[in-house]
Amino acid sequence: MDKVIIAKDLTLSYNNNETIINQSTFDINSGDFVFITGASGSGKSTLLKSLYGALPPKKGELSVGGVTLNNISSKKLNFLRRHVGIVFQDYKLIKEWTIEKNVMLPLIISGYAKDVSEVQVQKLLTHVKLNHQLGKYPLELSGGEQQRVAMARALAHNPIIILADEPTGNLDDYSSQVIWNLLEGACTQLKTTVVVVTHHIPETMKVDYKHFHIEYGSIYEVN
Amino acid sequence: MKSIRSHFSLIAALFTILFTVQVYQILDRSISSYEETLRANYSMVVIATSALDEGPIKARFPLVRSLEEISPEKVIKRLEEDMDKTSLGLLRASLPKFYKLSLEHYPQPEEVDMLSSKLMNQKAIKKVESFSQTHDQIYKLLLLYKGVTQIFAFAIFIVTMLLIAKEMRIWQFQHQDRMNIMALFGAPMMLRSAVLFRLAIMDALIAATLILAAFGIISVNGWAEPYFADINIHVTVFNYAKDSFLHYAIALSLSTLLASMLILTHKEEV
Repeated sequence: MDKVIIAKDLTLSYNNNETIINQSTFDINSGDFVFITGASGSGKSTLLKSLYGALPPKKGELSVGGVTLNNISSKKLNFLRRHVGIVFQDYKLIKEWTIEKNVMLPLIISGYAKDVSEVQVQKLLTHVKLNHQLGKYPLELSGGEQQRVAMARALAHNPIIILADEPTGNLDDYSSQVIWNLLEGACTQLKTTVVVVTHHIPETMKVDYKHFHIEYGSIYEVN
Repeated sequence: MKSIRSHFSLIAALFTILFTVQVYQILDRSISSYEETLRANYSMVVIATSALDEGPIKARFPLVRSLEEISPEKVIKRLEEDMDKTSLGLLRASLPKFYKLSLEHYPQPEEVDMLSSKLMNQKAIKKVESFSQTHDQIYKLLLLYKGVTQIFAFAIFIVTMLLIAKEMRIWQFQHQDRMNIMALFGAPMMLRSAVLFRLAIMDALIAATLILAAFGIISVNGWAEPYFADINIHVTVFNYAKDSFLHYAIALSLSTLLASMLILTHKEEV
């Protein structure tokens, strides 16, 4: 199987030099569904940030989708991000844009034709069951609905990886289940690699998954 | 409504800047017009023993605009009743030549002194009257007006910078989120900043058009004319071609500068 994420002796730290992840080695195969767990402040979100290039490795090596993230140029970073879908706990939707335009964002960035993008957006909003909310702005929707918009946006450009940072952290049980189903669907139907940072792995997971746990700056796989 | 609100702050700031620029322009024009009136009314008197030619004088003294002989006939006519023709003839022959000397611009006191002394070096010239006391008083008043205008211009500059700095902070707050989100999906800098530039250009065009409309109305209705007429000056309140170009240029430069500064200082949140 192709390795889509490779980390070798990876060390991560912020500007204050406090080490968050210390010399960790792991890899993730293409099509894997991976959970990353750990206590608050253990470095889960920091690791995810490094995977989409917001935090460069302090030491060691990290590559995502064949792109090395050490000393990456902004051009290469933009290229990588055009092949990654990201979902956040706080949705990160552009509030002055309609939900269609939010979903269309990765397609605009990747240079898709307008008519192709519009068809894709309609398809995705139907897929996340929001086709009755067309023309609305994010703040007119519930938290669960906003996260479904964020999911549709993450899927819009057929990414090779979806990175999700506590995607159900702000949602009720029903909305959380909808999001888990969408993430599972992306992995099983679209063969997209999914990496989810979470406090709790849902019991309802139907897909086979890998589980990494972070403790005291070390990442290890839980069997 | 949301869209109007997001545009309003920059349009209001730009409108204020352009308004003060136009007021400064009017003030500057009124001072220039006043200066021109002073120049037209100011002249020196030159008394010479023989006739002077305008050509050589103008060639030698670039400040001189014209040299015009003042006829003594008016004075001589008054004496006709008291003096006989022979005496009048003798008087006419012995009278020196009087000339009115007009200048290219309203001179500084030093220029008046220098011109007077150089003219006095001419063989034929016996006396130069520059009315220096009156000239100095008026010149000092003009300098005061100019000084006040320059202080006003400096104040405009400071206010403009403060408004831009304030506006920049508001824009940073308003656009940071969107730019960060676009960056997360790999948008290049040009695409991330496109919205900002579009907004900046649109707001600049609106603000400049509002100024054009406001001063155009004032100009067409001639509301300011009587005030200038009272002090014998004519001022163009709004020069459609020149002022419009200036306002559109200032508004577009400031707003794109603001957008560029915002993009250059933007840091992706980690």
